[in-house]
Amino acid sequence: MEKIILFAPLVGALIGGFGWRYIGEKGAQVLTTGLLFLAALLSWIVFLTHDPSMAKHIHILDFINSGDLQTAWSIRLDRLTSIMLVVVTSVSALVHLYSFGYMAHDHAWKEGEHYKARFFAYLSFFTFAMLMLVTSDNLVQMFFGWEGVGVASYLLIGFYYKKPSANAAAIKAFVVNRVGDFGFALGIFGLFMLTGSIEFEAIFDKAPELAETNLHFLWRDWNAANLLAFLLFIGAMGKSAQLLLHTWLPDAMEGPTPVSALIHAATMVTAGVFLVCRMSPLMELAPEATAFITFLGATTAFFAATVGLVQNDIKRVIAYSTCSQLGYMFVAAGVGVYSVAMFHLFTHAFFKAMLFLGAGSVIHGMHHEQDMRNYGALRKKMPLTFWAMMIGTLAITGVGVPLTTIGFAGFLSKDAVIEAAYAGTNGGYAFWMLVIAALFTSFYSWRLMFLTFYGEQRGDKHTHEHAHESPTVMLIPLGVLAIGAVLAGMVWYNVFFGKTEKVAQWFGVPYHAEEHHAEGHDDHGKDGHGKDGHAMAKDGHDDHAKDDHTKDDHAMAKDDHSKDGHSKDAKPHYVLAGKPGEGAIYAGVNNDVLNEAHYVPKWVKISPFIAMLTGFIVALWFYIWNPSMPARVAAANRPLYLFLLNKWYFDEIYDAIFVKPAQALGRFLWKRGDGTVIDGFLNGVAMGIVPFFTRLAGKAQSGYIFTYAFAMVVGIVVLITWMTLSGGAH
Amino acid sequence: MTDSLLSLVTFIPTLGAVILAIFLRGSNAAAQRNAKWVALVTTVVTFLVSLFILAEFDPQNTGFQFVEERDWVLGLKYRLGVDGISVLFVMLTTFMMPLVIWASWDVSKRVKEYMIAFLLLETLMLGVFMALDLVLFYLFFEAGLIPMFLIIGIWGGANRIYASFKFFLYTFLGSVLMLVAMVGMYVDAGTTCIAACGEATSLMTHSFASESFDILGIHVVGGMQTLLFLAFFASFAVKMPMWPVHTWLPDAHVQAPTAGSVVLAAILLKMGGYGFLRFSLPMFPIGSDVLTPLILWMSAIAIVYTSLVALVQEDMKKLIAYSSVAHMGYVTMGIFAANQQGIDGAIFQMISHGFISGALFLCVGVIYDRMHTREIDAYGGLVNRMPAYALIFMFFTMANVGLPGTSGFVGEFLTLMGIFQVNTWVAAIATSGVIFSAAYALWLYRRVVMGDLIKESLKTISDMSGRERAIFAPLVVMTLLLGVYPSLVLDIIGPSVEALIQNYELALAEAPSAATAAVQSH
Repeated sequence: MEKIILFAPLVGALIGGFGWRYIGEKGAQVLTTGLLFLAALLSWIVFLTHDPSMAKHIHILDFINSGDLQTAWSIRLDRLTSIMLVVVTSVSALVHLYSFGYMAHDHAWKEGEHYKARFFAYLSFFTFAMLMLVTSDNLVQMFFGWEGVGVASYLLIGFYYKKPSANAAAIKAFVVNRVGDFGFALGIFGLFMLTGSIEFEAIFDKAPELAETNLHFLWRDWNAANLLAFLLFIGAMGKSAQLLLHTWLPDAMEGPTPVSALIHAATMVTAGVFLVCRMSPLMELAPEATAFITFLGATTAFFAATVGLVQNDIKRVIAYSTCSQLGYMFVAAGVGVYSVAMFHLFTHAFFKAMLFLGAGSVIHGMHHEQDMRNYGALRKKMPLTFWAMMIGTLAITGVGVPLTTIGFAGFLSKDAVIEAAYAGTNGGYAFWMLVIAALFTSFYSWRLMFLTFYGEQRGDKHTHEHAHESPTVMLIPLGVLAIGAVLAGMVWYNVFFGKTEKVAQWFGVPYHAEEHHAEGHDDHGKDGHGKDGHAMAKDGHDDHAKDDHTKDDHAMAKDDHSKDGHSKDAKPHYVLAGKPGEGAIYAGVNNDVLNEAHYVPKWVKISPFIAMLTGFIVALWFYIWNPSMPARVAAANRPLYLFLLNKWYFDEIYDAIFVKPAQALGRFLWKRGDGTVIDGFLNGVAMGIVPFFTRLAGKAQSGYIFTYAFAMVVGIVVLITWMTLSGGAH
Repeated sequence: MTDSLLSLVTFIPTLGAVILAIFLRGSNAAAQRNAKWVALVTTVVTFLVSLFILAEFDPQNTGFQFVEERDWVLGLKYRLGVDGISVLFVMLTTFMMPLVIWASWDVSKRVKEYMIAFLLLETLMLGVFMALDLVLFYLFFEAGLIPMFLIIGIWGGANRIYASFKFFLYTFLGSVLMLVAMVGMYVDAGTTCIAACGEATSLMTHSFASESFDILGIHVVGGMQTLLFLAFFASFAVKMPMWPVHTWLPDAHVQAPTAGSVVLAAILLKMGGYGFLRFSLPMFPIGSDVLTPLILWMSAIAIVYTSLVALVQEDMKKLIAYSSVAHMGYVTMGIFAANQQGIDGAIFQMISHGFISGALFLCVGVIYDRMHTREIDAYGGLVNRMPAYALIFMFFTMANVGLPGTSGFVGEFLTLMGIFQVNTWVAAIATSGVIFSAAYALWLYRRVVMGDLIKESLKTISDMSGRERAIFAPLVVMTLLLGVYPSLVLDIIGPSVEALIQNYELALAEAPSAATAAVQSH
């Protein structure tokens, strides 16, 4: 079944891409979409039925075998995989369906030009590569998927190949991703060097050793776990558009909107988060690397949200929003709560894909106008799209009932991230960045809604007159995703961010009741949930979860907690207790952030809600109550406005310090290095020797050849003579 | 038949050349067509016969197989044989030649001579990979360049004289030194037999003197071995080519006809890498060890340097030529990493580069045949009229940048993995090559293929013909097949490479004084 999921999209891509002349464009569309729905259906079956406690390994074919290096094409099925399977195949299937409508009459193509089959084939190919990535059982196959999705992304961003800007964006995406891959590859080499394997199982087994090994890399020795985790994370930065390597993502919006929804929102860009979660046994032992991940994720969340505030292109707003939300996921992973990172990844896939598809629906209805300044008052013209976007906005801004688990998907997952950030950093930098980012998120999301659907009609009258609701085939995916955006958080809250034992069962991680040390307990003061208090019972290490459900534990836990004054703690308290590689995620011995996140102060829990509300009211004020306000604010703070509008000038800076110098250096090495120095030297030599030979041989052209042959014959004669003369000696 | 299978494969092309030379008269259309057919049939037959070598080859046997030994002139021996390291180069040669001949279907100038040149070239190239005697090797190695000179000099572009001159000058200097070294080897070992010489000692088993000495006031660590190594190195480095003796290659490629470029990139460049594996590492292990740091750094510089230069090229062939130099940088780096992954990767990279760069030069050839220019700016928007071409070119562009799933990935990945265990600086610098290669390759593709088709001159350009597609098909298949299932190659070369490394390490361990000196020099 897993193999069918994996290869169905490939079959679709191949037949659709190469065989559409025989089955027709329509046939190719139906085939690829049908196969994707099949894959999605099977993925849900796998997701709901597989046993998470044991990772399943399915060998397909040998791959690279060289000495100790043994790799295979294979499938690893555990909870992380199954989550990604449903995300990837579901969104992909819906995007395929949506594309029937969106790509039906694309104005970029002339009459008689065929593009639909190609588009669907690319989408399916992307899905295949993404599935290879998430089902991988080793780092090399993952790297295959990693670069495979990069190529698919390149092809789809550059889908409108007649447009220079699309081509430039495609190359940029690929090359910037390669910068990340550079780090990823070095990480793989390092892991192989130290563990002798690139299989996850083997690496996880040896992760504790890595934490105590030093690796000489470049100019000094580094702690191996930290260094390798950091190198892998550079790969994640590229793929997930984190700060410094984020510049390609906004440009990637040159691709058709369904592509943005599938690749640049729901799936491919989350691959970096997936990688960090997958490598949790290594990450947990690399405190400096994870501190960096937390810092960078938080900074990205903040940075991207600030830029999102002022963008006018509807897709760019959502792109920066994606970049920002990915930062949230990295913070959760960075503080060691991988389940929450996956939770936000999961819910984000639904509401962000929906926002993009909604935006696509608006763009479709507005004849490919993307500038929000030319929208306005569209809610009457496109009521269903409006409602879908509204649900998406409620989800992303995190609307819900504070202090409960009732709310839109984003409410539950984003609040979980923020609480984890507070618990993981003791209310430090990451927490505050995320809260501020939440405020900005709310502002730009509502700004998008108000500019698009409310207020006056702006821009070209003609376009507005012909604005229309999208066809049903585009609205169905919106509806399905809307259900996800509303319910995904509430339904799966418990298994991602509920009680530790629920999370442990869901991810197949062994767990057992905690046992307090007397001393440790004293150290904690009031809440008793500090890290030391969760030291595990020594003899409980290897026992599996169920065995630990003993009355003793209950009693013990009860006794301990009753002293804490937390009445609701009177239940047993469990901690994750797997060894590295047991279960889909691993929590280090002292990592109890998952649990602590539930006991953060009330104001922390409410803070994202307040941020959301503030953002909403400011947006309301700026765009509904007092629409002249934004222009005045922008004029009053012009340098700041330009700074944000120009995305902190990253593109300009990179152009000046990387692109231009690389070209100049290339030209210099070519003209001066190869030209003046090497060939110059050679010509100098040549002027001395060659005329002699050519004179000897006569005509110039055949001269060299003759000389050469002559020299060779002389050489052989010399050799043979020598041998004949000295032959007697031997 | 296995007694003289190698000779058979080697000389079938010569037979074809002889038939052409003797029996083909006239230069009318019919004669030209006949010449092409004779050449094509000859190369196809060669390939088919060579399949027997592959079928009968036993990878687990790390010695030489199909060994032939005959008396030859002047008391010299004629010895051929293949092992896991050389057998795939033989296969690469016989595989590529029919495609090269078929790609030359539109040649109209002195067709008979053209075909004879290519057929003789095939014999000589095959001989290089099979020769087990020093003199024989030298003969094949050096003589192989003569047809190549002719191909560039007669059928080449406008500036062919300069290009063949440069090519000549470089290789000439290299071969003079190699000749001197061969004399030195004979003096030291007393034999010219490379391996599999029965009871007698061979060059492979002979330990060349490695005591350090002073010559002209220079202290030579590793002594004789280092000097011999350097002399061979001069020749092989030019052939690879390694930076900084690479500048002949872009010029030679630019001026060579398409088929010449394909042979040059796909097969001739591999002689250098093969030479390192056949001579340098096994025969001069201590010399190799002493000079390894130098070679690793030259490789790392080559990768970055030539990638940057490729970035600013305006001529398609030059760009691909510079890209070839960068890819050969991975090969030398992998070889001198001297571990299983490194050398496996280097051999794999050479085989894979044969298919990929060959295909890229064919890609240039396809549009050069139509527009008669290699200027990148003369193109743009070809995808609009040439979708099949765009697809094939895209495929090989991606293979060239080392996309996983294509054979380009495996070699690059393994060599980098090998070098990482030896020197992380070189590994990091070389790995950065993956960024540059993506930049120059996609930039080339964009300027030639993408965009709207605006240029008047391109409005009527036609897509690839059936013949052109058929030439690419085997290359696509091989690139994908080896990319997805690289064991096809790795299983064959693995045991021989393992043996090579064992002997290398043994030799280093057995020469404690020099080895410690070498270690100090690191």
